[in-house]
Amino acid sequence: MSKIIGSVATSHIPGIGGAIAKNLQHDPYWKPFFDGFIPTREWLANNPPDVVVVVYNDHGLNFFLDKMPTFAIGAAQVYISEDEGWGIPTVPPLEGDPALSWAIIEGVVQDEFDVTTCQEMLVDHAVTIPLQLLWPEGPPPVKIVPVAVNTVQHPLPSPARCLKFGQSIGRAIEAYAPALKVLVISSGGLSHQLEGERAGFINPQFDALCLNALINQPEKLTGYTTHAIVELAGSQGAEILNWITGRGIVQGVAREVLRNYHIPISNTASALQVLEQVGVPRS
Amino acid sequence: MTTAPIPGTPVFTGEFAMKGYALNKMCFSLNNAANRAAFLADEDSYCDKFEMTGEQKAAIRSRSVAALIAAGGNVYYLAKFAGIFHLNVQDLGAQQTGVTVEEFKAKLNGYARFNADVNTGRLSNV
Repeated sequence: MSKIIGSVATSHIPGIGGAIAKNLQHDPYWKPFFDGFIPTREWLANNPPDVVVVVYNDHGLNFFLDKMPTFAIGAAQVYISEDEGWGIPTVPPLEGDPALSWAIIEGVVQDEFDVTTCQEMLVDHAVTIPLQLLWPEGPPPVKIVPVAVNTVQHPLPSPARCLKFGQSIGRAIEAYAPALKVLVISSGGLSHQLEGERAGFINPQFDALCLNALINQPEKLTGYTTHAIVELAGSQGAEILNWITGRGIVQGVAREVLRNYHIPISNTASALQVLEQVGVPRS
Repeated sequence: MTTAPIPGTPVFTGEFAMKGYALNKMCFSLNNAANRAAFLADEDSYCDKFEMTGEQKAAIRSRSVAALIAAGGNVYYLAKFAGIFHLNVQDLGAQQTGVTVEEFKAKLNGYARFNADVNTGRLSNV
């Protein structure tokens, strides 16, 4: 059976891609952010995954407002990184694992999560940047299954729904017969807001609450409405929904391997949190 | 569900998604390099292809983020428009909050004092 190793939750700020392209990892502005990935890669070297399930939100590359799924799962052989319009370099095509994708789709639909399935799916910086951070030396040595959560057009799925959706994905992975090792990437956040007179809003207190709760008390976050999430985390802080979904995928008790919270990167409270699945149920 | 407005925070609901559809569709088209070139060559003609409203065309001409948001623009799509002019999100933030880019960055830096307490887990009350 397949096994979930744990999760790497990280911000996916476009500027990170620019910094990678310009080799600014040791620049004083960027170093505190990039340094968090050194111990993360060491942890990963001891737990190398075969497949990465990437929970993210599309930023107007694959999905437009003509068709906006609440939850979408990629089921493609290959995922293409394409021009996003404002200059981030693209990366080579990423290999999919359609067999695992369909096993997850079967599992979640059986659990009454009626997802959109995508046999063609362009992936943006929210997918490519975390992979580049984990495997900076070249193409990632893994297959991927992208899981897109709508954090763009309200109504957004509730935190409670996202956690349950993630749990359903996790059960489907661990019921999948091939003995794969699966890593979760939760992409986005933490608190930030790009638009309106409150642009530049950051809320370290709420971010801290989220980081602490996501280890083993994600239910602390499921009482919030999405409106409350926007109020507390900022408009784009709603990307915490990707982290909540990702925590749901990690089954049972988790151990926090590391966290690296750093303000500011661009307009964002950047954060990295690595959780290892311990393998016992939460009480 | 009724919810109180969040000060200074536009929420992109179905109402705005309908209102801003043409504007966002034009911005979405700017993912494509040939479309960006066409926009730069003759922006009025380019916008005319998308059945944008007068308010939306004026907002595009004004380069005002606030006007673009009011016309139904969504920031994820507007980013592609802003990218044409090499504006980043600090530029957009400064413009919307009425400060210089340096002042906007200083405000962001002001939050850095919380970093250590978040990392140790000490800070967690809201």
